[in-house]
Amino acid sequence: MEYFLELLFSGLTRGAIYALIALGYTMVYGIIGLINFAHGEMYMIGAFTALIVSSVLSIYGLPLPAILVLAALAAAIWAGAYGFTVERLAYRPLRDAPRLAPLISAIGMSIFLQNYVLLAQTSDFVPFPSLVPEFAFLEPYGAIVDSSGLTILAVSTLVMTALTLLIKFTRTGKAMRATAQDRKMALLVGINVDRIISLTFVTGSALAAVGGLLIASHIGQINFAIGFIAGIKAFTAAVLGGIGSIPGAVLGSFVLGLTEAFATGYVSSDYEDVFAFSLLVLILIFRPAGLLGKAATEKV
Amino acid sequence: MLELRGIDVAYGSIQALHQVSLRVGPGEIVTLIGANGAGKTTTLMAISGLVPPHRGEILFEGRPITGLAPEALVRLGICQVPEGRHIFPELSVAENLDLGAFLRRDRRQVAVDREQVYRLFPVLQQRRHQPGGTLSGGEQQMLAISRALMARPRLLLLDEPSMGLAPLMTKHLFEIVAAINKEQHTTILLVEQNANLALQVADRGYVLENGRIVMHDTAEALRRTPAVQSAYLGI
Ligand SMILES: Nc1ncnc2c1ncn2[C@@H]1O[C@H](COP(=O)(O)OP(=O)(O)OP(=O)(O)O)[C@@H](O)[C@H]1O
Ligand SMILES: [Mg+2]
Repeated sequence: MEYFLELLFSGLTRGAIYALIALGYTMVYGIIGLINFAHGEMYMIGAFTALIVSSVLSIYGLPLPAILVLAALAAAIWAGAYGFTVERLAYRPLRDAPRLAPLISAIGMSIFLQNYVLLAQTSDFVPFPSLVPEFAFLEPYGAIVDSSGLTILAVSTLVMTALTLLIKFTRTGKAMRATAQDRKMALLVGINVDRIISLTFVTGSALAAVGGLLIASHIGQINFAIGFIAGIKAFTAAVLGGIGSIPGAVLGSFVLGLTEAFATGYVSSDYEDVFAFSLLVLILIFRPAGLLGKAATEKV
Repeated sequence: MLELRGIDVAYGSIQALHQVSLRVGPGEIVTLIGANGAGKTTTLMAISGLVPPHRGEILFEGRPITGLAPEALVRLGICQVPEGRHIFPELSVAENLDLGAFLRRDRRQVAVDREQVYRLFPVLQQRRHQPGGTLSGGEQQMLAISRALMARPRLLLLDEPSMGLAPLMTKHLFEIVAAINKEQHTTILLVEQNANLALQVADRGYVLENGRIVMHDTAEALRRTPAVQSAYLGI
């Protein structure tokens, strides 16, 4: 039983991280129909930003919670700036081009960003400090729950709730949904569609960056390539849930996280990715639009 | 109020409009009629800033507005009900109306206008929580017009409002368009396939053929022109 709970908790933690990244994929897809292959890089850049900022701040001897919050802010802002720039440079000029063009541009951006960080930093794994304080009240449950896992769950729940409320109730949220549903009409009611698209990239990148910081602090090391596999997993989760759907991305992420956790726990950790992608294949065969996606959208 | 001076619009290598010039005076209802593919929708999209003309000039109240962003044009009071309604399908009826007032900050007046729209089309009030995409065609057309009214337009561009509507509904809609024009002093540029109805409600009309204005006159006179009768009125 304890083992089951431990796996459950680790599955939820994984799911929460996937969700933070998957939201960016699904929001961008929902609004411009593009799979942003450079999105995983925002997660990686977020982790590196957090590493640099937290190292500097710890020299000044700030308390851990303050370092965590400031590093998260810095990571979100810096990755948001990257997301904004990537959209401006690599996607906006191709907005009316055939669909393959921005897709290739996205892959190019991903390769560029990885190699840029590789050259600017290093190709080795670098240690990442644990930024989450140990919670004393968790001690009796130490075998099942750890502080950084719990923080990941709490932060991602908070962020996802805020995002849902923003999209559902604010003026900007309505403008985002309107732009996703009918861009031409959005222009005709006076929505600045370019600004909404930029905002979508910035938001998605900031969420991924927070995910990058949390997981880096959880695992304890990062390198330039971590965005690749995390990006693919989160993308899988988004497709699983129905790409373009925000609740779908969250659901898909938790399904994927739990599947991986239980499969590695009860079967073998060698098969972690096999299970993840088998799940994807099954969904694509039996429910091609994903768990919560709408059928028959012909966007690629 | 609105003036187009020698507008050329091209989609890639296909030129859709040639030297289109027209004028809409304040408080007028002007109709633009023409066959399929004549360039009516293109003309309205050029006015709304969605397809930039590569030659010519557009003036609104004497000021050049050529090349302004759609957002800026809505701010000036130019609103369009596009062909095919373009209701936001997954937003509720009420949210669709809110988006019509997207650029307005006077919340209290927006609420007043919403009530007025609901009085005009009571069915929209009944359906206000329903996704726009689930409305019938006629209801969607009412919503599309209401959404534009929520912006308090000074110039309303209507693209084939009668498309797909039953005759009775069409008649009702045209009465409302005439009432909006009279009571709210909204200037209207009306594109219609149903030239018969359009020429009844309009003050003046322009005839567009293959991207060129070939005729313009008072609605009255156009209705009596043999060429118009045979080509557009089926007489
Ligand atoms: N996005 C586009 N790309 C290429 N050509 C276009 C585009 N939109 C319109 N056209 C062409 O421009 C011409 C004018 O089209 P437009 O839609 O303005 O006609 P219309 O008068 O509104 O016709 P209808 O009565 O059928 O709505 C047509 O020949 C059409 O094929
Ligand atoms: Mg048309």
